[in-house]
Amino acid sequence: MAARTEHEVLATELRWTIAVVASVALISLAILWAGLVHFINPPSNLETIDPTKVHLSPEFTEANLGTRVDEGGRVTTRIVTAQFAFIPPCVVVPADEPVTLRLVSPDVIHGVLVTGTNVNTMVVPGYVSQVHTVFQKTGDLLMPCHEYCGIGHSQMWSTVRVVPKAEFKPGPDGRALCEKP
Amino acid sequence: MKSLERLTLAHLWTAFIAFAVACVFGLWQMLARSPIPTPGFTPSNYFISVTAHGAAMAYVLTTFFIMGFGYFTAETALQRPLPGKRIAWAAFGVGLLGVVMAVVPVLLGRASVLYTFYPPLTGSAWFYIGLVLVVASSWVWCAIMIVAMRQWKRANPGRPVPLAMYATVANAILWLWTTVGVTVELVFQVIPAALGLVDTVDVGLSRTLFSWTLHAIVYFWLFPAYIAFYTMAPEAAGGRLYSDTMGRLSFILFVLYSLPVGMHHLFMDPEHSTGFKFVQMTLTVLVTVPTLLTIFTISASMEFAGRLRGGKGLFGWIGALPWERPMVLATGLAFFMLWFGGGGGLINMSYGMNAMVHNTSWVTAHFHLIFGGTVVIMYFAIAYAIWPQLTGREAPSLRAQRIQLWLWAIGMMVMTLPWHYLGLQGQWRRVAQFDYANPIIAAWGSWVVVSVAGGAMLLASALLFIWNLAAFHRARTPVQAPFRFALAIHPPERVPASLNGFGLWNALVAVLMLVAYGYPIAQFFIHDRPVAVVHRVDGAQP
Ligand code: HEM
Ligand SMILES: [Cu+2]
Ligand SMILES: [Cu+2]
Repeated sequence: MAARTEHEVLATELRWTIAVVASVALISLAILWAGLVHFINPPSNLETIDPTKVHLSPEFTEANLGTRVDEGGRVTTRIVTAQFAFIPPCVVVPADEPVTLRLVSPDVIHGVLVTGTNVNTMVVPGYVSQVHTVFQKTGDLLMPCHEYCGIGHSQMWSTVRVVPKAEFKPGPDGRALCEKP
Repeated sequence: MKSLERLTLAHLWTAFIAFAVACVFGLWQMLARSPIPTPGFTPSNYFISVTAHGAAMAYVLTTFFIMGFGYFTAETALQRPLPGKRIAWAAFGVGLLGVVMAVVPVLLGRASVLYTFYPPLTGSAWFYIGLVLVVASSWVWCAIMIVAMRQWKRANPGRPVPLAMYATVANAILWLWTTVGVTVELVFQVIPAALGLVDTVDVGLSRTLFSWTLHAIVYFWLFPAYIAFYTMAPEAAGGRLYSDTMGRLSFILFVLYSLPVGMHHLFMDPEHSTGFKFVQMTLTVLVTVPTLLTIFTISASMEFAGRLRGGKGLFGWIGALPWERPMVLATGLAFFMLWFGGGGGLINMSYGMNAMVHNTSWVTAHFHLIFGGTVVIMYFAIAYAIWPQLTGREAPSLRAQRIQLWLWAIGMMVMTLPWHYLGLQGQWRRVAQFDYANPIIAAWGSWVVVSVAGGAMLLASALLFIWNLAAFHRARTPVQAPFRFALAIHPPERVPASLNGFGLWNALVAVLMLVAYGYPIAQFFIHDRPVAVVHRVDGAQP
């Protein structure tokens, strides 16, 4: 590197700085593009729910949990994450179809991911976490709690059963349940 | 021994003893997560261990190391006595008391909330109060650093503050800003809950306040490594720093851009809108700028040194560098780990890809590589460089130091490469034990065992490090040359006032923080957000 005078040093550094700023701008654009064009955005729906009244809310009463298909054919899976279990412990979803996961916590912070997919969100008491996804692979996927929530955290996991579209048969009330393995 | 040396040694030994003990815990955790049977395993012991390991590494090693190194730098770089040594000792006492207050409840299993203590989980109040004392003690350090620089400037009007000290004060200022978030969270939310004064917590607010601290704290840890790159490595390599001005600019950029970006830790959280996540992500991309500038300036300095030593051609200067010197070797190894770690960081920060890795082993592996690898290996190199001055003796064996550094870098790669891979496979973090009977998890087993082997190498290296430092105290050869910081090829005669102080930059940080965090924090007061009920982990009745 040229370094005969201080001026030379600064000129070299300036050239490098321009290169750095250009590549950083490029990276930003790539992320922007992913966000705007492919709708790769994190879950941020800002919907609140009183954690002490989760089980009383019409949406998250026990009888409404799991997967349900509404009149418009939209598939929504509702899950309560509580120390130290998922309710229900297994959910069934169709492959190759948009699915909305809605999760709430009545107690502490939890988080979920589904192995082998991009499904990932925190579940913070006070808020409804919502994730839209399309499951591509069929089979039993692991859905663990990925945020430390107390001594039983390691035992807190559940199953997402992805079945081919043709085998996904909700009952007359629109609910679909995991058959026992 | 002189008083500065005693003060520095007290801090650094506290840091390194906590570090070595935490490494023992770390290897035990590695075993627990693996298919190998582990002595003393219970889930409760695991979370005691992770809380102790995480807090010791993140809060004790770093804070005490940075304080000790800062005191040393202030006196050595400014070449005048450190002001307020008595106060510094008192602060050290408060910090040490804080560590004891925090460690005891952790080991008793009454504060297994991990080092991030996400409420509404709540442990013993002693744990949090102890941590606040450690922070308070570091604030005293910040004040002493600022006063030392002021006094020097008054005695040397118009002259540029030596780069090592300028960087140290930059870190002190960064740290004052950084600790606001976590301290407010602890004092106004967590400690009242732990004392039973309140029984609910606004979790969205507490997560937001913690995120304020969570990114910038990493740069606080990183600063000593960068100080060593700029002001120690070029001298050790037999050359000079390529550009002093670039050093100043990089340190200023760190102060500016490591603060308004903490919300990238909340990408997967439901309590913030996409808009603010996006703003902070954009600012996050900018923090890569000072690191890229540093890589260039330090590589140029090394090239300069290599050519002085007769290196020829495009890459010949690399071979000509004195790799047998621990500081040069550590810098090379740190850069090597930085390439891998930096690549991983790009993935974490991009807002969409984050979903693939959030809270998986990828993240744990990433910060072990960057923080445990790049940063801590420079802590080792700094210790080796200043211990002769601190003890007045030369090292009995540079070879043992080199072996230790190699062992750390190789161990870190062996531990973290499979760990990254497992994260991509969906292995999640903070788990005491995996069910290896599950076919998905069973497939991970052999990679977990490889990373255990890496952990064992790291523990061996940590113990050798302690041995190497102890060897100075037993050595007989008196120190040959006094320690000094590297000079630039063209040392600046004068620098603009903005590159010699922090007034302007503090004002800019305030503006950036207002933009980045103003509404995200205010929303919890404007809108009525639900609160969560405190969940105690220590069995205490409210
Ligand atoms: C012998 C070397 C080390 C080993 C074997 C080791 C291993 C581990 C393991 C197994 C975990 C738990 C991960 C989990 O449960 O998901 C962990 C956590 C952690 N380690 Fe290390 N580690 C070592 C060195 C370090 C170093 C040098 C640092 C930083 C200076 C560090 C910082 C941390 C932190 C902050 C956590 C907390 C993670 C959390 O709460 O999720 N470790 N380490
Ligand atoms: Cu959980
Ligand atoms: Cu959990």
